[in-house]
Amino acid sequence: MTSAAPTAWIPLSRTLMKMRVTEIAVVGAVLAVIAATIALAEGSPVAALGSVVAVALCGAGAWWFVHNRFRAWGYCERDEDLEVRRGVMVQRLSVVPYGRMQFVEITAGPVERLFGLATVRLHTAAAASDARIPGLDPHEAARLRDRLAALGEAKAAGL
Amino acid sequence: MTGEGRTVVGWQRLNPLSPVVRSGRGLVPLLVLAGLSTIHAGHRDTSEYYIWVGIIVFGVVFGVIHWFVTRWAFDGATLRIETGLVRRDSQQLPVARIQAVDLVSPFLARLLGLAELRIRVAGAKSANHLAYLSLPVATDLRARLLATHHGLDQSVPEPDELPAAMVPPGRLLGSVLLSASTLGAAVFVVALVVLSTVSTAAATAVAGSLLVYLLGIGQGIWRRFNEQYRFTVALAPDGIRVRRGLLSTVSETIPTGRVQAVRQIEPLLWRMFGWCRLEVDLAGVPGHGRSGGSGRVTKALLPVGSHESALYLRRVVIGPVEPPLSRPSERAHLKAPFSYHFLAAGHDDALAVAVTGRVQKVTCWVPLVKAQSIRKVQGPVQRALGLATVHVDVAGKRVGAKFRDRPVEEADRLVEELAAHSRGARRTVSLAGAGGGADHRAAPRPAGPGAPLLPPAPIEAPVMGPGWFADPARSHQWRYWDGTAWTEHVSDDGVTGVDPSPSPR
Repeated sequence: MTSAAPTAWIPLSRTLMKMRVTEIAVVGAVLAVIAATIALAEGSPVAALGSVVAVALCGAGAWWFVHNRFRAWGYCERDEDLEVRRGVMVQRLSVVPYGRMQFVEITAGPVERLFGLATVRLHTAAAASDARIPGLDPHEAARLRDRLAALGEAKAAGL
Repeated sequence: MTGEGRTVVGWQRLNPLSPVVRSGRGLVPLLVLAGLSTIHAGHRDTSEYYIWVGIIVFGVVFGVIHWFVTRWAFDGATLRIETGLVRRDSQQLPVARIQAVDLVSPFLARLLGLAELRIRVAGAKSANHLAYLSLPVATDLRARLLATHHGLDQSVPEPDELPAAMVPPGRLLGSVLLSASTLGAAVFVVALVVLSTVSTAAATAVAGSLLVYLLGIGQGIWRRFNEQYRFTVALAPDGIRVRRGLLSTVSETIPTGRVQAVRQIEPLLWRMFGWCRLEVDLAGVPGHGRSGGSGRVTKALLPVGSHESALYLRRVVIGPVEPPLSRPSERAHLKAPFSYHFLAAGHDDALAVAVTGRVQKVTCWVPLVKAQSIRKVQGPVQRALGLATVHVDVAGKRVGAKFRDRPVEEADRLVEELAAHSRGARRTVSLAGAGGGADHRAAPRPAGPGAPLLPPAPIEAPVMGPGWFADPARSHQWRYWDGTAWTEHVSDDGVTGVDPSPSPR
């Protein structure tokens, strides 16, 4: 029917990556400071250095993980349905028809708000449907919500 | 009494015996407790006796008050129920929104010839009850509600049903006994006997805990037997009628239009008898519950039966189409060494079918009209093997067909195909809904009108004499059954016509 027009995957906002990196940096810094203070109080500068290096390595690992996860996440608004893909280890692709939407939810946690981001979530009657798009800037989130709501109303289908 | 704004004629009370049944349930254990405590306390201590009497009197008074303040009226379009002494609660149930009317009689109610009417309305959180009415009143009210709901005259008697299947008690008992839990108990007992030959002391120690376990299992067996005794399925115009129960009887209607998925379950032990169980998932109340989406109700369509019976019922519910099944590739052997044996899936433009399980073979049919979303999931092992699983989700928690371990290219194609088919199916249904009545919209008819349907012949049921019955193909309201086969005579809203019989004569 819809002769699949070349649909572009929309990546998540770059700001989300910044937010994740900041989170990692802050947590890493706090951990490093605590570990170094304890080690210095015990009188062992080598241990302090070691712990800082270990925290830095963990941070790098976390960065790598978050980066891959960020790159794997994307969504795509097609004529009749919304496609969301995500996951690195377990890769998931959800196709949710607009007509099946029960409601759209926008959430923004405190950290997300600090970076001006929001998460849009599409709910259907099936609990397993899993269409969540994090890290959208509020304008895009509102646009998506309105578009989904309008499409959902136009194409609504009973259970 | 407050809140009597307008006058509605024809208010009726519940049956005067209903307080007895209402309090009766709590009364029996109370009496037993009271008896036990008086025996224990000896015959002198009368003060405790008064406490028990007080509790019973309180229960009865409460029941009588409830009876006194509850009333109902049916004016042909709305059923009104008013109840409550302190907080007046008035419910108005528009007939057009009624989804199902169930008749339930607990044991005590049955002895007194009473029944409870449960009315499920679209959009309501829970069923509305009228407990208790005398059986003729309840049956009559149900017939009137259903007749009005289907736009028939209220004087039309309750439409005849076509018996479709019945579960003989012997088979039910056999199926319950052949379940995994009873088997576990048997193994346990045998182990105990063996143990007792070795050491009696150890055996008696284990026997104590075993007794509790056995009691639990016995209770479970009894419950299933009691609930599904004389399980009878019949086809009616408003759905599938199920009657069941030994001590307390239930007569319920499963609206075929709300069926989300059909499952056929064949446990290991049942397979040697060729038995299976057929279940349907119904959509719950849409829009309630934030995280869980809408709830789901699973109902047995056939607790245990032959494959032919299950096939017939399945065709009534989801149509006669049989999508071709295909097996996953050999590589899936490594991912699912045990369940590979049964693993298969297939779809056509209206239905998705998936078979999974090893010990318990589960076949799941999902009409694509009902698909809520389609997902492809690929875990690390699957990626290494070039496999992926495709899910077709329907309303409810963890319900749907799973196309397990298909090759990636096929999975990608499946996602697109299933999405396109479900879109197409939805569109056809909404077009049909715009043209016809609301009932047509609700009914998922994936099959074309001329598609063949099995005649209800090979079923262990008392076959009905000639008459008008609900069209098993559901393309018309009624179809004439001449006693041996379906004829071409059909009837819709009182207008008779001719439509070639869907079944081979």
